[in-house]
Amino acid sequence: MSKSPPSAVVRSRLTPYLFILPAFLVYAAFSLYPLIRAAQFSLYDWAGFGPSTFVGLANYADLAGDEAFRAALGNALVLIAFYALLPLVIGLVLAAIFRRGQVRGMGFFRSVIFLPQVIALVVVAVAWRNIYAPNGPLNELLRAVGLDGLARGWLGDPGAALPAVGFIGTWLEMGLVMLLLLAGMSRIPDDLFEAARLDGAGPVREFFAITLPSVRGEIVVALVLTIIAALKTFDLIYMTTSGGPGNATTVPSYEVYDRAFQLREVGSASAVAIVLTVLVFAINVLVTRIGERSR
Amino acid sequence: MTVHKPASASTMCHHGALRHSIAAVAARTQEDTMRRQSRRHFLGSSAAVGGVGLLAACAPGSDSGASDGGGSGPAASDVETDPAAMGEITLKVWDQEVRGAQNDAIESLVDAFEKAYPNITVDRVKQSFDDLQQQSGLALSGNDVPDVLQVNNARGDMGEFVKAGQLTDLTGYAEAYGWEDRFPTSVLSKARYSADGVTFGEGPLWGLPQTGEVCGIYYSAKKLKALGAKPPTTWDEVYALVEAAQEAGELPIKLGNLEQWPALHLFGPLQADFVTAETIVPLAMGNAGADWTSEENLAALTRLADWASSGALGDSPNGLAYDTAWAEYTEGSGVLLIGGSWLGPDMGAVMGEDLRFMAPPAGVDGTIATTGGTGLPFAIPAKAANADAAAAYIDHLTSDTAMELIAEAGGMPVLRTAELAPASGVNKDIYEAFDAVSNDGELLPYLDYATPTFADTAGAALQQVIGGESEPAAAAEELQTDYGDFTAEG
Repeated sequence: MSKSPPSAVVRSRLTPYLFILPAFLVYAAFSLYPLIRAAQFSLYDWAGFGPSTFVGLANYADLAGDEAFRAALGNALVLIAFYALLPLVIGLVLAAIFRRGQVRGMGFFRSVIFLPQVIALVVVAVAWRNIYAPNGPLNELLRAVGLDGLARGWLGDPGAALPAVGFIGTWLEMGLVMLLLLAGMSRIPDDLFEAARLDGAGPVREFFAITLPSVRGEIVVALVLTIIAALKTFDLIYMTTSGGPGNATTVPSYEVYDRAFQLREVGSASAVAIVLTVLVFAINVLVTRIGERSR
Repeated sequence: MTVHKPASASTMCHHGALRHSIAAVAARTQEDTMRRQSRRHFLGSSAAVGGVGLLAACAPGSDSGASDGGGSGPAASDVETDPAAMGEITLKVWDQEVRGAQNDAIESLVDAFEKAYPNITVDRVKQSFDDLQQQSGLALSGNDVPDVLQVNNARGDMGEFVKAGQLTDLTGYAEAYGWEDRFPTSVLSKARYSADGVTFGEGPLWGLPQTGEVCGIYYSAKKLKALGAKPPTTWDEVYALVEAAQEAGELPIKLGNLEQWPALHLFGPLQADFVTAETIVPLAMGNAGADWTSEENLAALTRLADWASSGALGDSPNGLAYDTAWAEYTEGSGVLLIGGSWLGPDMGAVMGEDLRFMAPPAGVDGTIATTGGTGLPFAIPAKAANADAAAAYIDHLTSDTAMELIAEAGGMPVLRTAELAPASGVNKDIYEAFDAVSNDGELLPYLDYATPTFADTAGAALQQVIGGESEPAAAAEELQTDYGDFTAEG
């Protein structure tokens, strides 16, 4: 077979870009353009219809002194603990157990833990709203075991509402984290563990010496995914508390919705959205950097 | 703050220009230039990603609505009131009457209208309140507007649309059709704004409602009997009843306030026992001249706080969802439930004759005053293609026959409620209460009409008072800040 030299088209330096172009156009139309428009809207005082007024960076300046926005940012950071850190710890333990143990019906347990990921968030929210209700199953359980003092309207109590919503996030995300880590752990060659056991390592030693270092990559991926989920959580808040009581559970993405569609302050809503985008981006760059460096 | 005049940008920006140029003959050629321009504009902006300076040149939104507001409307003498003479028309109608009874009523009204005027076809789009509310702003600023649109009375909705000149002033139609004779003044005032959108409750008419709503006191006849009590005729008797219920180990008032707004329907009626209707109306309509931090308002907020801290509202009203609360009430949890008339049919279906409803007792000024009002008014967008036919349709929706149809379907018509009241059941009580309040008493506006942000502010403030997280005085300050800032802007 004789090979002919590549044609001029193939050799052209522009050709790769030509291949990217269709995807780029779609990406530009549905992601870049809206993003740029949102950035633009954030410079205006606008109700979403009618005339608009150019106000420069005033919307951003207002955010600095905006109590609701600061509360939202603070809550989002708390939610990262519930959405990302807690599921990571639980997911690691569960995955290690599943990896090691010869538990009967392991597939069943794995599916159950992953199940929340499959259910639509609205359904999850409605279910948990009932669980947390003043006369709901959680409080009935507490009363049944004599812990009457702990029973409360979980979503209406300013101290309990945010952790209560956060716990739903933990419950949601731990299945995903577990599955990711389990996939990572299954790639670890068995001889490594055998060698460790011959050297007299127990399960704890084994976990810290072999399992944990081997799944670093998966941990970074899990953290990136869950932190994004934490920062942009909206449906759970919207369905369970609408940001209440007071500002106790409001989050940036709920603020975007509230400002744009309830209060008709599209400029302010866009400013929040842009800040949120930058924040999500920055935190994830940071996580990825740290993850890569320590590898 | 630099004020940017968007008009200068209209040739640059295809968005503004598209909306701007409905006018007439030049449209086509202009469109061609615009298409070319918009392509160039797109290439330009994607080349300079992040070129904010360039972007700032294109103001969002349309510049067609004059900022001094006030869509105009025809004079009564220019109005065509005979739909048969209007030629072939497809009337586009957007409403939010999706629930059973209301939907049935509207459907038969549309059938009757089309039968009476075969030249008119009604193209009806119905969607939920939330969906319609969120789409209205976008729809009104486009060119392809519906002819009839249901618009929420609140300042954030109707007020903003009036200000932007996006609705038709119905004064001429009201005169031609005699709507002011048909409707009580207090009902019509809920759809009146001054043309600049600043004053609410007075000025031109921007919409006409079809149904009525009133917040009042639901009670269980059996539970009252067991407590040896009669339906209260004064507010003091209400307070005594609440205490008696508490002593008997019953939950006095059922409240589910997880969503923040339900407390407004409890506080509204209660407020009338401390504050005169004359003062509540400007507070609730966001008109200048009242003060949330007055002694009377403070007393009302304190009563709410006392109820909450004594447990009269249950252990955790803020943790209980609205729908769960009334469902639990039908199962026997709670002696009273203070809330809107719309709950009546559903609760009555479970509780039967045990469920009763009453308007709250006369307030501090001696009249029966309570939160209430109307269903969403039907309005005509300023750009509606068939305004005359739209007005005829609205007239038809609010006619005597329409009221009968709504009553038959189980809804509550805004007019003739006393005559149309059913013979028994909770709806009989509700009709009578609405009639008494709207004709002899004062229908107080919903408190969240006041300012575009008041639903949020008041919802959060009342929730915190009920939860014991803020003192009544602090809550009053918060409410006053929102109300004061808004009225000061003018």
